[in-house]
Formats: sequence, C-alpha cells, structure tokens
Amino acid sequence: MSVFVRGIILFVLTCVASAAWSERGRDGQVKIFYWQAPSILNPYLSPGIKDIEASSLVLEPLARFDDTGQIVPWLAESVPDIENGGVSEDMTSITWVLRDDLLWSDGTPVTSEDLKFTWAYCTAEGTGCAQAEKYGGIRSIETPDPRTAIVRFDAPRPFPYTAFVGATSPVLQAAQFAECLGPRAVECTDANFAPIGTGPFVVEEFRPNDVVLYAANTRYRDPDKPTFGRVLIKGGGTAETAARAVLETGEFDYAWNLQLAPDVLTRMESVGKGVVVSGFATLVERLALNLTDPDPALGKQRATVINPHPALSDPAVRQALSMAIDRALLVEIGYGPTGRVTCNILPAPEIFASQANESCRVQDIQGANDLLDAAGWLDSDNDGVRDKDGVDLRFLFQSSVNAVRKDFQEMIKLWWSQIGVQTELRAIDAAVFFGGDPGSPDTVQKFFADVQMFANMFDGTDPEAYLASWRCDRIPSPDNQWQGSNYTRYCNPDYDAMTDTMRSTGALEDRARLAKQMNDMLVQDFVLLPLVDRGRVSAHTKSLGGVQLNTWDSELWNIADWTRLRME
Amino acid sequence: MLTFTLRRLLLAVPTLLFISLVLFLVLDAAPGDPMSQIPLTIPPEVRAEMRAALGLGEPVYVRFALWLRQFFWIEPLVLADALLGTGLADGQTRILSWQTRAPVMDTVAQRLPQTLWVVGTAYLVGVAIALPIGIIAAWRQHSVFDQAGTFVTMIGYSVPPFVTGPLVIAIFAVHLGWFPSVYDTTLFVTDWDSFTRQLRQMVLPVMVLALQTTAMISRYMRAAMLDALPSDYVRTARAKGLPEHVVVLRHALRNAMIPVVTVIALGAPAIFGGAIVTETIFAVNGIGAQLIDALNAGDLPTVQTLTFIFAVLIVLANLLADILYAVLDPRIRYD
Repeated sequence: MSVFVRGIILFVLTCVASAAWSERGRDGQVKIFYWQAPSILNPYLSPGIKDIEASSLVLEPLARFDDTGQIVPWLAESVPDIENGGVSEDMTSITWVLRDDLLWSDGTPVTSEDLKFTWAYCTAEGTGCAQAEKYGGIRSIETPDPRTAIVRFDAPRPFPYTAFVGATSPVLQAAQFAECLGPRAVECTDANFAPIGTGPFVVEEFRPNDVVLYAANTRYRDPDKPTFGRVLIKGGGTAETAARAVLETGEFDYAWNLQLAPDVLTRMESVGKGVVVSGFATLVERLALNLTDPDPALGKQRATVINPHPALSDPAVRQALSMAIDRALLVEIGYGPTGRVTCNILPAPEIFASQANESCRVQDIQGANDLLDAAGWLDSDNDGVRDKDGVDLRFLFQSSVNAVRKDFQEMIKLWWSQIGVQTELRAIDAAVFFGGDPGSPDTVQKFFADVQMFANMFDGTDPEAYLASWRCDRIPSPDNQWQGSNYTRYCNPDYDAMTDTMRSTGALEDRARLAKQMNDMLVQDFVLLPLVDRGRVSAHTKSLGGVQLNTWDSELWNIADWTRLRME
Repeated sequence: MLTFTLRRLLLAVPTLLFISLVLFLVLDAAPGDPMSQIPLTIPPEVRAEMRAALGLGEPVYVRFALWLRQFFWIEPLVLADALLGTGLADGQTRILSWQTRAPVMDTVAQRLPQTLWVVGTAYLVGVAIALPIGIIAAWRQHSVFDQAGTFVTMIGYSVPPFVTGPLVIAIFAVHLGWFPSVYDTTLFVTDWDSFTRQLRQMVLPVMVLALQTTAMISRYMRAAMLDALPSDYVRTARAKGLPEHVVVLRHALRNAMIPVVTVIALGAPAIFGGAIVTETIFAVNGIGAQLIDALNAGDLPTVQTLTFIFAVLIVLANLLADILYAVLDPRIRYD
C-alpha cells in the first residue's frame, strides 16, 4: 500500500472519528445526586435551589450569569444595554431580541409572545409566584415582532436584568401553560412536572422528591450538543450519602451541595475517585445584634423601636462583641476550604466588595476589654459580668439547630466571657426559626433575643434589593405582622437616602461605590457582624469533564458541554 | 365470628374519624411552616402570596372538612376511575401536596413498590430467621447457641440503624465494593440481569432492617417457647414416647405461636410505614422518606394523609391479630 493510500485511509478514519466525537448524546448517561430532591420542575412555583437547578436543564432564560458573574446572552442575541440601544436612555425600557434559531422541544418556534406570557403567568392574581419580585415594576411588555419584546417599567430601572435573567426567571411556553394562570397554576401537574423548554434536555420521567430522568433535546440549537444523551438526577439520602456515592464508590458522577465537616470531605476525596469543587458567591454567615429591647416584660412593645436596647444601643458594646471573635478559627472549624473570613456583609461580586473593614480578621480580646472599660462598662458588683447603670451585659444568643452553628455559638460564648459578657445560648428548629409564622415567638423576624446567627445572600449579582433590606421601613413590627427583612432594626436616614440614590443610579462604578459605602455603614456601625463567607461545595468524578461550578446561576448551567473523559 | 368482625369494623369508623381529627389539630398547632425552606431573599409580600395560594388562609374547620371530603370521597372516585376507566372524579381537586403541588396519592403509589420490596422483604427475612433462632434457643436454653443468639439479638436491639447503615456501607460498598450504597428506584425487573441487580441493591438495606426485626421477634419466640416447654401437655407428649421434633414443633410450638403471631401481625403495618432512617441512609425514597421530607418541608396535606393511612393500617392489623387468635386457639370464641 502506498503512502498516499494510507494517508487517505488515515484521513477518512480521522474524519469518521471526529464526527463521532462531536455527535449529540455520544457519552451516554450522566448521573447526578441532589440529596435534597427536586419536588417540582417549575421554578415559578418553588423558590428552592434544588427545584430551580433541576428545571434549568429544560427551561432557559434570555441571559444568564456565567461562572464569573458576568451576564451573558443565552436565548437572546445579545445583552441589551444603553450603549447598544437595548436599554432606553431614560432607563424605563429594555428591548430583548431572541436568537433566530430557537425552537421549543415540541418543534414550535419560540416567540416574544412566550416572554409576554411568562410575565403574565408570574404576575397573575393567585398564582403565588415565587419569583414575583423579578417581574415587579413592569408596566407592559410589547411584542412588535415575533423575535422582539420591549419590557417597559413604571419607573427608571438602572439594573433591568431581573426578569428573564438567570435560572430563577426562565421563559415558559405560552401554549403549555395557557390554562394554568392564577389559582389554576397548582392544578397543572403535568406541565409543572414536565415543562416544555429550549434547553439541552427534555424531561422523560419525573417522580417528585425521588428521581428526574432527562433525554437529550433533539431540537437543541447546537446540533453537536449535549454530549450526554441522558441525565439522571437522583434525590434523597443525606449530604453524606451523596458525597460517598461520588467520592468513595463512584456510583454517581456529580453530587451537589455537600455541606459536610471539612475533615470528612477531605478524607472522602483522598480515596481518589473524585474531585471536590467549591466556589464563592454572596452567602454570609453573620450575627445580627438587636437594637431594640427584647425584654418579655414589655409586652406588646417587646422588640419594637419604641424601646432601644439597654446595652446594644451603645456602639462600643457592639464593636467589642465583634472584636472578641476569632473568625479565622470559626472558618477552620466549621467550613475548612469551603469558607473564608469576611468582614463584609456584601462580599462579592468583586467590584462591590469593600476593602475598608479588614481589621475584623484579627481577634482582639484586649482591645475589646479596653473599649468596654473606656465606655464605662465595668464589673461594679464583681460578679464577672460587666455592667453600667444597673444594666448587665447578659445576652440571649439564638440560632437554628445545626451542628456547625452549635459549635460557633459555644465558641463565641467563650470569647465573650473573656470580655465580661455573659451569654445564654438557644437553638431553634430551622422550620420555626425561618418559618416567618407571625404567631410564633421564635422567628428570625421577631428576634426576641439579643443576638442571632444565620446566613443570607442575594440572587444574581446586583445588590440593590439586598441592601434595601436594612431600610427603616423594613423593620419587622406588630404593625406589619412582623414581616420585614431588617431584623436588626437598623434605622439610619443617611442609609435610606443612599438606597434611594442607588435606585436611580445607572453607571456600574457609581453603583459599586454606593454599595461599598452602604456595606461599610452597616459593618462599621456594628449592627451586623459578618463571620464567614460560605462557599458552595460540590463534587464530581474524575471522568466527568466540563464542570464549571457557577455560584451565580444554576450549577448545571453548562451541562450541554459536560463530557465523559476517556482515561487511558 | 362474622358478626364480631363486622362489629369491630363498624367501631373502627368513629375511631378513625376521631384519629383524623386529632391528627389534623395536632399538625395544625405544631410549629413549623411550609415557607421555612424558601430562601430569606424572597420578600414578605411574595411569601404572603405563596401562603394564600396554598389555601393557608382558610380556618381550620374548613380545611378539615375539605380534607375529609377529598380523602373519603374524591380519592376513592379517582381510584375507581383508574380501575374502571370511568370519569367520576373529573374536575375535582384532589389532596395536593404543598411541596410538589401534585396529588399526594400519586406520590404514595410511586413510592409503595420500593418500600414493599425493601421493608417487606426485610420483615419476611427477619421473621424467617427469628423463628428458628427463638425455637432452638428456648429448646436448648443456656446452651452456647442460646448465649450467642442472645448476644446477637441484644446487638440488634441496641444498635440503631443510623449506626449499622453507614457501617455496612463502609464495609460492603466502599471497602469490598460488593453492593451499591445507593438504591436505584428507576430499576425495573424485566430479566435475570435486572433481577440480580435488584437483589444486590436490596441486600444492604434489608440486612440493616432484618437485624432489628430478628432481634425483636426471636426474643418473643424464645420467651413463648420457654413458657410452653415445661407445661403438662409437653411432658405428656414426651411420656407417650413421641420423637423430640414432634414434641417441640407440633405440641410446644403451636401453642407458643399464639402470642408471636400477634406480635408479627401488629408489626406488619410498619412495612407500609417504611423505615425513615434506613430509607434515608440508602436513598431508597419510599414512604418513610416521603413522610420525613414532608415533615421537614411543613407539607401538612402529605403528613396528614400518610399518618392517617398508617392509622388505618394499624387499626386493621389489630383486628387481624384478634381474628388470628381465634383461628389459632380453639379455646377463644368471640360469638
């Protein structure tokens, strides 16, 4: 055989091989473990991360956040902004243009009417739409042609990327959900369990809180993707079950949200079957200090702004409590590589993160003691607890039942005892603590304690709504049935004014500057004591390629690109 | 006998109604909230909307009446529709879970197979091992076998499944790699190969559960046999020169079985209740896992429905045990 013929044969073989290489579905099945199992595949009816992420294989938004937090076009041709004319100069409208090759998985074209319908669906009376906030302030959606939708707001909107952006706000098919508006939303079980979407996969079978089986979408816009032909999301068990199935036995390819003790995770990873991946977003474990008096003797005025807290109203006390905490040790014990010390309530995205509060990284018991001495909090009756004007520094410190939080409570209690502060600990079942039931005395909103610990974050990358949480009008009180996000009862007219300014500020640099100032105000007033910036932890087997952990959007955002690595 | 059964069945109706009322009120008064699992980022107005969409705004008696109608009227109609292909329940709202917004009964139907496979098999295996152990241990009391049996059953009694579960996983799934650590609910038994895979994935959870059943039943069996063996009729049988196996198995065992059968019958409803801890460890996702999921999520319609089904099964199992008494022991007559 001549070299030439051999060359041709080789060339043909290579072509065949590369064609096979890029074939849709060539990698068979990928098995994913979500130990908190998906309950429903409609993110508008459930705000749970597990449900949103399981639906993100099927339902897609117009634009989403990539793994660096940048907004990238997804179903839209490009991300509209003022420069490209997509956002009007007065910031009251945004024009989205759909890609021209979009088909629903049933073969019908995606049109701007679907966008309009999605807005109508979420804002219909009686739907109980979990993402209603995303669509708040939209006056109308116009559809001049099948690919163009103009969203008009009732006021200038400097950050218009809420509706249709990110995994929490995908586009629904109008034809499928047309009969599911308002109170009838819950009756559309078939649609809620198997939505028709544009994503790389279609739902084949869904068993609530158990498994979801997906098959590749034959009408997906990229003919070579997804590389996996089938996806199985298994639910149930515990975080440990999930970690073991990936890292120790290799039964599954990917495990989500592995909140385990750092040493357990390290030991499992050392088996060598898989890799632990983690990333950071905006989830901050923090202490909130109560600026109002939670004394039960006050009756109906308990924990309301009428009665300032006898001790915590003094900024020196609040600062001393913060200085006494060794945040690095908390991170080491509770989170290991999946947590890091933070002195900011707004730790990310990078452009929004303040650098002005780094002093909290070092514990300073002596400094805290000096501060309290100088402020007149002395142990006048020699009982080991500082006091002033008959008020003892005795605090009730509450949190939800959780092994890590229990350790944190114990350690903080110890440190505070070293500065003459006596702490009583309390742990409340998470279902009650975070339940928000106005009839229960133990909710995070009522805050019938002096100090409480919990974690909170915000969705997406823009902190405007999050920072507005600490406005005066967000203070929970009997007048608003104890609803409101300002648990610490912080009320500062300057702060409120800055939230107003932010609402009308467009330029990103200006927004970032404002956000940093507001963060510094909260942190330097010591009403919120940030402790740990908590990361997301997942794990995948070594044979799974293409995983890019995204903490700003669905973790499964790029599942169309996942591949099976052939190991020699 | 028939009148007794009928009378007991009629009596069960007010009992069950009372149980359902108590369950409803207790669950309603219990702390916890279906909104507790949603992120704190969801604003209060949206939360209020979501609560209203779940029907939480209605007073207790309205919700209870609605649940009664759904459970005793609409759900049976749905069942009839499914069996006969009729359309009696069209357009009626069934008992919907707050978590999945789907009919609770559909989820129960999805989950029963794996619960019956795993917990049911474990019960049968447990009983099958326990009875011989109990009989031999009593027949050769204080022997090495009896001592060893007592030791093993005490371990079964005292070591909870959240210890034995991870232990057997560490040994058989991680170290030896013989069996899977996660139960695959999508596996259908269609041929020999899938049957062996089903067997393999059942081994570990069945092992953990059967240890507990064995421990309990073998102690009852041993005690009952110890009561029966020194009795007059056993001595008479021996005196007649009957072979030992006839004396033990026919004369002593039959009488000793009466209390043991009661224990086995009363334990049977637990099969349907699933096994909360074991199901969670192996991700079996049966009824037990459904109950604990629903409790954690504050999904009251699911919790109410499941606990009430368990109540029905327990009432029926009690009745069954009473009837079995009469069948096994000719001295007992209910008429």
